[in-house]
Amino acid sequence: MTTKDATYNYAIRLGDNALILGHRLSELCSRGPILEEDLALTNVALDMIGRAQALLKYAAELEGKGHTEDDIAYRRAEINYHNHLLIEQPNGDFAHTIARQLYLSVFEYLFFTELEKSKDATLAAIASKTIKEVKYHMQHAIDWTLRLGDGTAESHKRMQKGLNDLWMYTGELFEMDVLDTYLLHQHIAVDTIALKAKWQSEIEKVLRGATLTLPEDTYMQTGSKKGIHTENLGHILSEMQYLQRAYPDAKW
Amino acid sequence: MHNEHSDTHFQSRIDNGEHIEPKDYMPEGYRKHLIRQMSQHAHSEVIGMQPEGNWITRAPSLRSKQILLAKIQDEGGHGLYLYSAVETLGVSRAELIEQLQTGKAKYSSIFNYPALNWADIGAIGWLVDGAAIVNQVSLQRTSYGPYSRAMVRICKEESFHQRQGYEIMTTMMRGTKDQQAMAQDAMNRWWWPALMMFGPHDSDSPRSGDAVKWKIKRETNDELRQKFIDKTIPQAELIGLTIPDKNFKLDEKTGHYTLSPINWEEFHRVVAGHGPCNKQRLDHHIKYHQEGAWVREAADAYKIKTAKKELVTA
Repeated sequence: MTTKDATYNYAIRLGDNALILGHRLSELCSRGPILEEDLALTNVALDMIGRAQALLKYAAELEGKGHTEDDIAYRRAEINYHNHLLIEQPNGDFAHTIARQLYLSVFEYLFFTELEKSKDATLAAIASKTIKEVKYHMQHAIDWTLRLGDGTAESHKRMQKGLNDLWMYTGELFEMDVLDTYLLHQHIAVDTIALKAKWQSEIEKVLRGATLTLPEDTYMQTGSKKGIHTENLGHILSEMQYLQRAYPDAKW
Repeated sequence: MHNEHSDTHFQSRIDNGEHIEPKDYMPEGYRKHLIRQMSQHAHSEVIGMQPEGNWITRAPSLRSKQILLAKIQDEGGHGLYLYSAVETLGVSRAELIEQLQTGKAKYSSIFNYPALNWADIGAIGWLVDGAAIVNQVSLQRTSYGPYSRAMVRICKEESFHQRQGYEIMTTMMRGTKDQQAMAQDAMNRWWWPALMMFGPHDSDSPRSGDAVKWKIKRETNDELRQKFIDKTIPQAELIGLTIPDKNFKLDEKTGHYTLSPINWEEFHRVVAGHGPCNKQRLDHHIKYHQEGAWVREAADAYKIKTAKKELVTA
């Protein structure tokens, strides 16, 4: 493994997270509970697609085969996708979406704060732009967690269910494989194991304020670093890649 | 003495080219006309998110996905902005939404047509936003202050959308045979409905009289439509798109294009609720509005709770 290859894979993982979350949030367009929320969620989706573009473009440069970020996004199969399982989970109801946003945005805030210190200048620059966006995503998720948790009996129930249902996908956020460890030693990657305690205490704090409880520990699902996903990803990609796959010679 | 609350005084202000502001005297008919027109405009922005939203997840490049997302976000923003402007006339957003969902208020019929292939996203930007701009540029000079200011702001963004739409059409016309066929297909389906966006001929437009007198409307349907036609046909020809009208021609004397008669039967049918997507668009709006009810209730309940807490601590 060379540093360049490893960084390519690392950029792909981060890019995939942004791309697939952008896809999921885009699905909510015109489906928000109020117009303001429609705009807020589309806005987060837009940030995600922008981040995906930057990261996949960097991956394409590192790969050095003349591919573009679009080739990377639109021509890879499920097994070569490495987004977290949490990210590809369906939106569910609004509480479910917010639970996913809460888990992820708190994680991303901690993650990109560390990545900003990366020795890889491109990743550090992307991280520093991302933090500004993630702060807003996190505030949005926290505000809604408070409203839903401490709103009505129904919203409380739904929010707790969203948190519980997704809990089994949160363990994966903190996994470190050979690639991560290799890049960590070179001061390029983030030590995600080190983020876990802080993440959990932040989540707990928000949930306490929202009269909600941290879900009980359970078996944590895993697989995305090896390209093993839930059944959801295949459907996302068949939709997302449809035009590029159906008309391979076309330029858009 | 001059009575500031008289229709004569109001009309003299209009004739002097003054803006009417929310707290100024206005005849009831003027207020009603504005509520109808502005809310229809707001609803159109919001319903218009549906056909375009239909393609975000299938946009064929990351760049086009971003542009489309940003565009739809702009439309939603215009909706919000316009709802606020209508609220200055003493009607709430909740009431306006109820009027939309019960069919009492309309939205632009153009959004009752489906977005079937990727070039439709180009055609919507280029033709639909293009037609909307012609109308909105004219409305920048409308007599009601908040509406006029909303139009100034909205026009800036719409002209971006139009260029982006035309860029999609251009790219596809330069592309493969399949892409060219998609672009032409979109042109064939959107051309006539876009022309209908300007409404019936002046001779058949029942509300035009007052609207022109009150300077809500600054140019007539037919004048605006002609502007759009004259601007758009050369753009289509430049990239090799065929105008789906065997009889269109440039009148050398006037410099204007003439076309076959518009199919007004189709226009009236779609306005009456029988377009390809009238039912889906409204059902979609109602479904997600209803599904969001518990979220809005939670937000209200939380607001009351936190306000009470603040009272106790204060």
